[in-house]
Amino acid sequence: MIDKRFKIANKIFKSRLIVGTGKYKSFSECAKAIKSSGADIVTVAVRRVNISNKNKARLMDYIDPKKITYLPNTAGCFTAEDAIRTLRLAREIGGWKLVKLEVLGDKRNLFPEMIETLRSTELLTKEGFKVMVYCNDDPLMAKRLENAGAVAIMPLAAPIGSGLGIQNKVNIKIIRKQTKLPLIIDAGIGQASDASIAMELGCDGVLINTAIAKAKNPSQMAEAMKLAVISGRKSYLSGRINPNLFGSASTTNKGII
Amino acid sequence: MNIKNKIKITVNGKQMQIIPKFTLKSLITKLKMPLNKIAIELNKKIIDKNRISKIRLKKGDKIEIVHFIGGG
Repeated sequence: MIDKRFKIANKIFKSRLIVGTGKYKSFSECAKAIKSSGADIVTVAVRRVNISNKNKARLMDYIDPKKITYLPNTAGCFTAEDAIRTLRLAREIGGWKLVKLEVLGDKRNLFPEMIETLRSTELLTKEGFKVMVYCNDDPLMAKRLENAGAVAIMPLAAPIGSGLGIQNKVNIKIIRKQTKLPLIIDAGIGQASDASIAMELGCDGVLINTAIAKAKNPSQMAEAMKLAVISGRKSYLSGRINPNLFGSASTTNKGII
Repeated sequence: MNIKNKIKITVNGKQMQIIPKFTLKSLITKLKMPLNKIAIELNKKIIDKNRISKIRLKKGDKIEIVHFIGGG
């Protein structure tokens, strides 16, 4: 079965794996992991420049935004106004319109504040941004985000950085059934099998940061995630067998001696 | 120049002293910031990077200079 192209806001991407650039020991380790992951989109954050250390290395010196699509995020934003301010600045750095919206509501569980997220999606869309939205795994909210103009729905699998894997497969399946928008699992992946499960549920992609960056061998984990995403996607497209309570022998009894 | 003539501004939360009529461009040059990798806000308004040589800084101005860092 030939797969359809992975398209977000009318742009085609080769890899269905999006990776984050935070939490790495160094920029070079991050760049190496990105290469192994095969990702062509990476998330980045907007922060103050360190004015007292002018020679400090910059992310853009290690990861070329001409070769890899930067997806600016709104990490650390708790209101629609914060998010809009951050993404306007991101756009100003280099014209980025495709953005990842993430408006959090609680510093401990890092769950998205969905009312502010919805409001931000509306405002940012009106301003011409193409908004990929980090959200809860709530089908009703996912629908509202879609109606507000989101270009991708990105529900969490589990809290950000928790590595707990997909906690609510049913909700993800329901969201899959109801939307034609790219559905990308964002947050909570812990290991390669989690990424495969996400793809087997019918997701279009997976966004991973901590599980790669904090692995003992980030570059190797990045490759594992790449393969898991490809594998899970192929498995989904191939049409799995129906699960059965009882066994079904693989070898025929015909001709038995 | 006498220190009394200097004016105070805030850059990324830190106080700085500059001479009067110092432009935003002079500030960016002084801080050795690569223009193609940053965005600038002056008193919460985003500044078009092509116009920074025309902007003279005033007492109490608050400037934010941001760039991309690693994030998820």
